[in-house]
Amino acid sequence: MTNSTKELGDAAAILAIGTNTTAAHPIVALQVKDAVKKGAKLIVVNPKEIELCRFAHIFLQPKPGTDVPLLMGMARVIRDEGLHDTAFIAERCENFEELEKSLETFDLDTVESITGVPKDKIAEAARVYATEDPASIIYCMGITQHTHGTDNVLAISNLALMTGNIGKPSSGVNPLRGQNNVQGACDMGSLPNVYPGYQAVSSPEHKAKFESAWGCALSDSPGLTHTEIFDAVHSGKIKSLYVVGENPYLTEANACHVREAMEKADFLVVQDLFMTETAQLAHVVLPGASFAEKDGTFTNTERRVQRVRKVIEPLGGAKPDWWITCEIAKRLNGKGFDYSSSKEIMQEIASLTPSYGGISYERLEQGSLQWPCPTEDHPGTRILHTERFATPSGKGKFMPLTYRKSAEEVDEQYPLLLTTDRSLYHFHGTMTRRVFGLNILEKEEQLKIHPKDASLFGVKDGDLVRVASRRGELEARAFVTDRCPPGMVSMTFHFAETPTNVLTSCELDPVAKTPETKVCAIRIERLEGARPAEVSDLSNQNRGQAAG
Amino acid sequence: MAGQINLIINDRSIAAREGMTILEAALSKGIYIPHLCHHHELEPVGACRLCLVEIQGEWKKTVISCKTPVKEGMVIKTETPEINRTRQVAMELLIADHDTDCLVCGQNTKCKLQQVADHVGVNKDRLGRLKPRAERLPIDDSNPFFDFDPNRCVLCGICVRTCDELQNINAIDFAYRGLGTKIAGFGNKPRIESNCESCGECVVRCPVGALTEKGAKNPTHQIRTVCTFCGCGCGLYLGVRDNELVSARGDRKSEANNGRLCVKGRFGYKFVNNPERLTTPLVKRDGEFVPVEWDEALDIIADRFSKTGPEEFATIASAKCTNEDNYVVQKFTRAVMRTNNLDHCARL
Repeated sequence: MTNSTKELGDAAAILAIGTNTTAAHPIVALQVKDAVKKGAKLIVVNPKEIELCRFAHIFLQPKPGTDVPLLMGMARVIRDEGLHDTAFIAERCENFEELEKSLETFDLDTVESITGVPKDKIAEAARVYATEDPASIIYCMGITQHTHGTDNVLAISNLALMTGNIGKPSSGVNPLRGQNNVQGACDMGSLPNVYPGYQAVSSPEHKAKFESAWGCALSDSPGLTHTEIFDAVHSGKIKSLYVVGENPYLTEANACHVREAMEKADFLVVQDLFMTETAQLAHVVLPGASFAEKDGTFTNTERRVQRVRKVIEPLGGAKPDWWITCEIAKRLNGKGFDYSSSKEIMQEIASLTPSYGGISYERLEQGSLQWPCPTEDHPGTRILHTERFATPSGKGKFMPLTYRKSAEEVDEQYPLLLTTDRSLYHFHGTMTRRVFGLNILEKEEQLKIHPKDASLFGVKDGDLVRVASRRGELEARAFVTDRCPPGMVSMTFHFAETPTNVLTSCELDPVAKTPETKVCAIRIERLEGARPAEVSDLSNQNRGQAAG
Repeated sequence: MAGQINLIINDRSIAAREGMTILEAALSKGIYIPHLCHHHELEPVGACRLCLVEIQGEWKKTVISCKTPVKEGMVIKTETPEINRTRQVAMELLIADHDTDCLVCGQNTKCKLQQVADHVGVNKDRLGRLKPRAERLPIDDSNPFFDFDPNRCVLCGICVRTCDELQNINAIDFAYRGLGTKIAGFGNKPRIESNCESCGECVVRCPVGALTEKGAKNPTHQIRTVCTFCGCGCGLYLGVRDNELVSARGDRKSEANNGRLCVKGRFGYKFVNNPERLTTPLVKRDGEFVPVEWDEALDIIADRFSKTGPEEFATIASAKCTNEDNYVVQKFTRAVMRTNNLDHCARL
């Protein structure tokens, strides 16, 4: 996030696009609701009628995969009606003319025909976003998990730049990061192209810095990305795979392919809390300590670095993940893995990562710190880009965009679009499926389907249906609801017995290499002998509705 | 000082902030006024009538202190014979309609009604004159994480206001009238069938034992840490008893969540002590996992990894693990395995 969660509460307008905030980020959602209470205008953009719509002034329901035309349509209205911030554009930005040129193709009639959203509503949303000051954008995987996910983000950035909604309180471009420490894992360089602090592995300067710090030669060629790694394991190029605390069998797109790949691996090591579906395929499984059994830090969605503390002793022989990795490294003669505590590791992180340079356990005892925090006396950074942008020129660059269709489209054989979602009651599944009460609240996957589609396919509420895509199939119980528009169905991916990602597509965004799990063509078929819904199923559905 | 209001409570000079109520001003200086329905995060409603005070001098009258703002020069008495008589009756009516088996109540020693009774004083004979409730109301134990016992409810409405004002869920409200009044979900159906999201914020704020966590155990100590589920990064205190996590509460000082938690943050910690946890390294032999010592497992791994070339190796790191875990695993992949084949779920 360019800004902080708390600031959302003081925004005059919030554009929530591609985020089911009350389900996936419930505490951020409280800030959004607070803002509405204080008079903010809320614009929700989502193919589904999510819970947040209850609080929205404007709800736009585009067809999945049409975010670029929708956002560019809004930009077009703002430009045509002169609602853009000319002073901010002149002073802080570049390339506006190029954007203007590309806006020519996004007249509202075209945008309406692509997105299915009435043009008056698009114009109204654009006016609200441009005129209520400050306005904040929040987004999540509904924006990124597309073959044009990068373009979606750039379209958001264009909107924020042209209205001057960046670099000031309660504004900004605010991706809501999914996992507790997905921000931190990126910051720490658990990525194929960068060292900690986003220092490029291909840069001779950064390579030399880390070679000198770590006392070894390093590779300057970026490695493979998540999806590419599993392709390489599948093709036999990668022989050994070390999986730390992840369950790709449930979470990676096109899961059958991933499972096949892991079955083919010469040597698979899995470090986890439980015998996950992925761990079952491993040659060696190592018991990791949970978040309550080790010291460390997490960095949340607003770049806030916070202390995680050891609350209980690790269960049985479980060990902190860093300790396990160090022990393997030492056996392979790795130098510099003799840490006596996580605190020592943070000292090394701070010494090599400019944005974490001023972060230490001593300071974190006094309170959390938001990066960039380059020096010991730096207070941390609540809002990014207040004076300059992180570009060579220091200016915010407008990006001209064109509309590209999603990789997968419906046809006669696969007539429905599936999009994935999260539930309030589960996270990925490894942990929450093992909490008894959460499984009472939501015990199984539900295929959410519009009544029209349900009757078209002869499916009744509570029926068991077979769901098939071009890649795989599974069985799920139908939940008939008008929260999904006709033609579109929705499922979560928390349940190992209904591994939704066997269906999803791993067509990648060309830049971010993110798979397109949000647009997947499927067909459904009612299974004979399906039992009717029980009372507890019905109660589940009530809450399913509440959670969107 | 701007915004400062000077007043006198029980002959003591007090400085309060403009906009405070008399009750808030008194409590901020450690002067206890009996109350049940007040909660500092919620709008006052004046339901319990226990916080009566007398304003003396030119404004002379008896008011409920939770809804009366302080004014410059106010002179307040929190105890007068008249107030004490009224308060006594208000309290007795509440207790007459309330269970008194405190020892088996989950809120014992933390109960606000006990605090009121302790302050006001209970006369057993007087209580006996008041007709007790004719029938016991059924406990709603439909929610897997907490129970609602209407026999212990004082109808303060804190749960209703929490659900409305703080959470904006509105799963519950007052239902029925008079002695039959109760807190209920839509249609008086079990809570699990309401649109309750099980965040437990009402359970945390219930001043009595009407809303209690299922199987709650008091922790011997609590340690401040951060939730492990989503990217909100909520600060929480985990409570420990023996080597088991038994409670979670929001950290009010955390800038990420200001003390609030969702259902996963408050109750989801229970996976930690799940008996299915892996507690020893396992090596697959003839298709079966066999427990081994750490040294043996690590030696096997080191041996196999040493025979793997840089291009033949990849690491999947974890967005669940700490920064320190991630730093070490990327350093290992790059410095020891000599490859940048390393990624995690950020792309998903």
